[in-house]
Amino acid sequence: MKIDKDLIMHGITDTTELETQIALRNFNFYYGKYHALRNINLDIFKRKVTAFIGPSGCGKSTLLRTLNRMYDLYPEQRAEGQLLLDGKNLLDKGVDLNALRAKVGMVFQKPTPFPMSIYDNIAFGVKLHERLSRVEMDERVEWSLRKAALWGEVSDKLHQSGMSLSGGQQQRLCIARGIAVKPEVLLLDEPTSALDPISTMRIEELVSELKDEFTIVIVTHNMQQAARVSDFTAYMYLGELIEVGRTDDIFIKPKDKRTEDYITGRFG
Amino acid sequence: MDLHSYRRFKNRLALTVSMLAMGFGLVWLVWILATTIELGIAGINLHLFTQMTPPPGSSEGGLANAIYGSVMMVSIAVAIGTPVGMFAGIYLAEFGKHTWLGSTTRFVNDLLLSAPSIIVGLFIYELVVARMGNFSGIAGALSLSLIVIPVVIRTTENMLQLVPNAMREAAFALGAPKWVVIGRVTLKASLAGVMTGVMLAIARISGETAPLLFTALSNQFWSADLDKPMASLPVTIFKFAMSPYTDWQQLAWAGVFLITIGVLFLNIAARFLFRAKHKQ
Repeated sequence: MKIDKDLIMHGITDTTELETQIALRNFNFYYGKYHALRNINLDIFKRKVTAFIGPSGCGKSTLLRTLNRMYDLYPEQRAEGQLLLDGKNLLDKGVDLNALRAKVGMVFQKPTPFPMSIYDNIAFGVKLHERLSRVEMDERVEWSLRKAALWGEVSDKLHQSGMSLSGGQQQRLCIARGIAVKPEVLLLDEPTSALDPISTMRIEELVSELKDEFTIVIVTHNMQQAARVSDFTAYMYLGELIEVGRTDDIFIKPKDKRTEDYITGRFG
Repeated sequence: MDLHSYRRFKNRLALTVSMLAMGFGLVWLVWILATTIELGIAGINLHLFTQMTPPPGSSEGGLANAIYGSVMMVSIAVAIGTPVGMFAGIYLAEFGKHTWLGSTTRFVNDLLLSAPSIIVGLFIYELVVARMGNFSGIAGALSLSLIVIPVVIRTTENMLQLVPNAMREAAFALGAPKWVVIGRVTLKASLAGVMTGVMLAIARISGETAPLLFTALSNQFWSADLDKPMASLPVTIFKFAMSPYTDWQQLAWAGVFLITIGVLFLNIAARFLFRAKHKQ
């Protein structure tokens, strides 16, 4: 998808090597009557890490959960406007949600291994979308576990329950499960908030490696984390997108007073 | 008295009251168990499993027909009640959570759960026995299954609700359709709990007498025919324990012992099975 002229608004002047993967245009979101996201305009770039930051309740997780239409599980939630993935509006009727979710994977705040073996946890998603032979599946499981930097720790116990792993390992298993489906976009919803510092560091390293192949969107309440892992940062406040730009710009010279206040810790 | 010793005193008081309450409950339970074992074990011998219920006064005789009837009717009731209960429970937890049909079903099911079992017996009497023209094993099994269903519905729904929503979302996020999410993830996560519910239901119907009185009746002789009246342990116990004959009374105690041990054994077996399965 071509870069939109709206980007000027985002203060991104150098757009070489950037390609839009997801674009939100006049996007609004409602929890019943509550207007949770107001008129969001945002580009998420291919093979870059975009971080959503902002105080609790600002709508950053809500925004993330619209990108794979997770909100469809809850009848009282609805979205308006345009949500474009590779130029196609995902809010149109007749969008195949299962195919969409194969393209846009998600990892949650708390590790959510399924009650099955490590191997089956990964094969579960793959089997939904592809028919692989036993050998191909073995390869895919190994590939995704290697990508998620977990292979070395679990290669000799693939048939143990996924629940038997530590919290950090479980979260990497969830990432492996997400990338095994070979999505284009990976959504991470505060993926380290339930983890210890060492596991957090490993996940952050992983994010940096995965961005060579995947478009990554990460929600974090940890500003240092956003600064460490992301290329672009979007600051949200009370359901509005206040400012978005290259992470260095946002953290060093934010344009909006509200962003500056949040980043300097004066508020939030 | 300062604040801290006052709190310690309150703590001890609460602990003492709870211990007493627990002791009070436990005493009766242990007493019942002890009596069952004491009086029941004397009647345990090979004849119990090989011979039919005897006429009064005979020195021989066992409970073979009653044991067979009980096992048969309980098995059929569980075979009918488990799938029906599980599917209805799945509907309540995963589909009809906030719908009118869902909440109505839940309410009616709660009524059924606490309905006196004799009503279930009379209902099946009207529905099956009166139309078939005779008491039958299958009518007994049906009435027992009506007791299994609400128990299994309740536990299935509760256990599915215990599965964190995050796990459901994670499965949906991989692009799984709803039936896969339920069948391969949420149901699997709650299977141990659902099976506990089935075990509870088995324990309950193993001792149910009232619904069998009007349906399976009883049978003095061996009968494996589900169209005919069928003997069962609870009804036999009821009949024999009320009798003035000591040999019948002894058989009744032996029956009580068998039911208790049988249910206990089933529970232990289920626990071991699920633990072994969970470990792999």
